[in-house]
Amino acid sequence: MHQAWTAVFEPGFFASSQVHIAAAIGGVVAVVCAVTGVFTVMRGQSFAGHALGDVSAAGGSGALLIGLGPVAGFVGLGIAGAAVMDLIGVQRLRGRDLATGIVLGAAIGLSALFLYLTSATGATTGAVQQILFGSIFTTTSGTIPAVAVLGGISLASLALIGRPLLLSTISPDLAVARGVPVRLVGVLYMLSLAVSVGLSSLTTGAILSTALLIGPAAAALRLTARVGWALGLACMTGVLATWLGVLLAYDSYYWGSSHAGLPVSFFIVAVIFVTYLASGLRQARARVSNSVPALPAAAGQRDKLPA
Amino acid sequence: MFASFMMNAWITATIVAVVGGVVGYFVVLRGSAFPAHAIPKGAFAGAAGAALLGISTLIGLAAFALLGALGIGSMSRRGRHDVATALALVLMLALGAAFLSRTTEYEPEIYSLLFGEVLGVSTSEILPTAGLGIICVAAVAVIYRPLMLSSVTPEIAEARGIPSRRIELCFLIVLALATAMTVPVVGALLIFSLMIGPPAAARSLTSRPLLAMALSVVIALVTVWVAIAASYLCNWPIGFFVGALAALSYGAGRAWAAWRRTRTARPAPLKATYST
Repeated sequence: MHQAWTAVFEPGFFASSQVHIAAAIGGVVAVVCAVTGVFTVMRGQSFAGHALGDVSAAGGSGALLIGLGPVAGFVGLGIAGAAVMDLIGVQRLRGRDLATGIVLGAAIGLSALFLYLTSATGATTGAVQQILFGSIFTTTSGTIPAVAVLGGISLASLALIGRPLLLSTISPDLAVARGVPVRLVGVLYMLSLAVSVGLSSLTTGAILSTALLIGPAAAALRLTARVGWALGLACMTGVLATWLGVLLAYDSYYWGSSHAGLPVSFFIVAVIFVTYLASGLRQARARVSNSVPALPAAAGQRDKLPA
Repeated sequence: MFASFMMNAWITATIVAVVGGVVGYFVVLRGSAFPAHAIPKGAFAGAAGAALLGISTLIGLAAFALLGALGIGSMSRRGRHDVATALALVLMLALGAAFLSRTTEYEPEIYSLLFGEVLGVSTSEILPTAGLGIICVAAVAVIYRPLMLSSVTPEIAEARGIPSRRIELCFLIVLALATAMTVPVVGALLIFSLMIGPPAAARSLTSRPLLAMALSVVIALVTVWVAIAASYLCNWPIGFFVGALAALSYGAGRAWAAWRRTRTARPAPLKATYST
């Protein structure tokens, strides 16, 4: 019994403070990302959600260069990028992704420049890897206040605009007819997306930022058409995937003879990916038994329409 | 800057711009900006893995680019296209992170794979690059008509019997090939700027497809040449100039289109009289 326990939870897992911090920060970030992600997937804004991660990373490199704190860099440039994306974006889906791509390209160019200038001044090595991939295990407990505040801001703003956002996502024309300020709601959504993604990029790295944003939400939306349930399911999936990933990453140091372990982002992404594929099984089985459940209105059909 | 050791960069950049301009036209037309970003980025992870295993990075690039294309294609059959792209991307990046965790040696190489390196092209690499470029452009030429039809009016294409999913997959594969060959000069992350900015600008100037494609190539060429020259002069990375110039050309195209709209605005229609 004891052997089975230690096979799953390698010694020191529950005592390690690194694990505590990773689980705490990861859990909070997973919830923020899951909630933001449900709206993101419904609005078809996955590209913007991913792009803002890279834009934030550019902000991080810039902050590193001028000696500013990383939080300001990540969130600051993220917000600026989101504002520009919304400003130059057009309402049609294709034009909007194009605008996102242009902002992203410019931000990546800035990233290249900042990293070059940083390395030219002889600063930290491994900066490229750190900024691109990041690691939940290297965040310190000092970032917990920033995480809590930013996470709170993002969730609060989404709660504030939740209903009009939902309406303008599912049926923009109806929202306009009902007097919802669609454009304003859209901008507010983009700003809270920027805060969420800036937060997650900073703490968990660029890869997990996108994975936690899109994966659990997409899986949840495939399983249920009701938004409330999708939000709950996405949060649960995100948190469980994060904790499971942390556990596996911790255990992986004990695997094999090299004791090198694999990065936590790898495990979390793997779990999320498997979950997403599994969520498709229900639809596949339903299709086979010839009683296809109605798909949620916004998911899956909008981007197939010509722009 | 036209010394012999720079000639490789000029030649390769020219090939890259031509392919980027042609493939990019369809990227913009089909709204495939996300795959155009995701496939090169995922391919980079493959290059890192290949470097780890000691095989040519070009093979790693091509393998992961194709993997990405196939992954996006197959996952978008069951789910949203942008979700499929995002998940395929993060999976490849996660694998890349796993590969990179095995080693601490490769930072300069990683940087040049991502952002481009003017002097990174050897003479022996020019021929394979040109070959892949010719294959890409030829592939576009072969599927040109069905691709155009399914990009502009998907329903009519379906009615005509053109399998849109297969065309989408073909296009993604061409995108993957274009990705694999463009890394040496421009870098994995910035090839997508070349595939977005210049073609978008070209489409703002004209709606005729072949003319727009030609313009897109011209603007891409100018972009890359100016980027190389600027990078040579001040040592800043090429990627920065490509990103900035792509944004500039996109902005110029939008401004031109907006100006054209104000010029050709029709006068207010006469008030119609309605009989009650």
